[in-house]
Amino acid sequence: MTLPGFPDAMPVAGFLGGLMIGLAAAIMLLGFGRIAGVSGMLARATAIATAGAPRALAIAFVVGLPLGAMLVTLVCGGVETRFGAGILQLIGAGLLVGLGTRLGSGCTSGHGVCGLSRLSPRSIVATFTFMASGFATVGVMRLGGWL
Amino acid sequence: MRQVALALTSGLLFGAGLAVSGMADPARVRAFLDLFGAWDPTLAFVMAGAMVPMAIAWLIQQRMTKPVACNAFDLPGTRLIDGKLLAGAALFGIGWGIGGLCPGPALADLLIAPFEAGIFVVAMLAGMTIHRITT
Repeated sequence: MTLPGFPDAMPVAGFLGGLMIGLAAAIMLLGFGRIAGVSGMLARATAIATAGAPRALAIAFVVGLPLGAMLVTLVCGGVETRFGAGILQLIGAGLLVGLGTRLGSGCTSGHGVCGLSRLSPRSIVATFTFMASGFATVGVMRLGGWL
Repeated sequence: MRQVALALTSGLLFGAGLAVSGMADPARVRAFLDLFGAWDPTLAFVMAGAMVPMAIAWLIQQRMTKPVACNAFDLPGTRLIDGKLLAGAALFGIGWGIGGLCPGPALADLLIAPFEAGIFVVAMLAGMTIHRITT
């Protein structure tokens, strides 16, 4: 199904996938009383963060992510992953994402999915900020002719 | 063991959801941020979908005295909106725009596109380590 005016958009698959992500986060919340924040879980799984979820839980969650995506590619016969970024670009982006998510205590899952649904003022501000920053960055790249 | 299986299930479902929703594709994520290009609103549908189970989960959580699989809730209690939050989110947004990747999709892509996702994840871990040693 497509969205009028946006031939590339996947509204139904997007919403369905979103339900799955929300359900996964709900399992973390109701099962373990924790925020399913991927940056936090990764930092904990790798012991970069000294406090947080029990390490075994964080490791299990982090290991599940690539396996779950792989499962979908096997069932659906492939999932698109268009990187379109050079190695230096990936390194720079990764450094900023790693530093920024630790400094700001969360990413799209922790502040976005979990914080927004909790109506946490802190997460609303964080989400608004990284969205605005993302729009501005890609806007500069687009207008500067890098895209 | 039961706890690890439940956490793994959550991770599996999260990763599968990212793949189903198109969010494992950095080009699609960046297209959401590309207001001056061919804008792709898919990410907004993903967020809307994720809000449904989580909004219900928060309502249920308020009536629970403890989580199902452990002894106590351990949720962020701070309401502080400070420079660290704003600067961190702003830096994260820049990286997100440059790469089209945030932590979830980056990890989800590790087996599908190991080379690119691997480079990004190693750099991301380096960024997290820089934060740790400088604070």
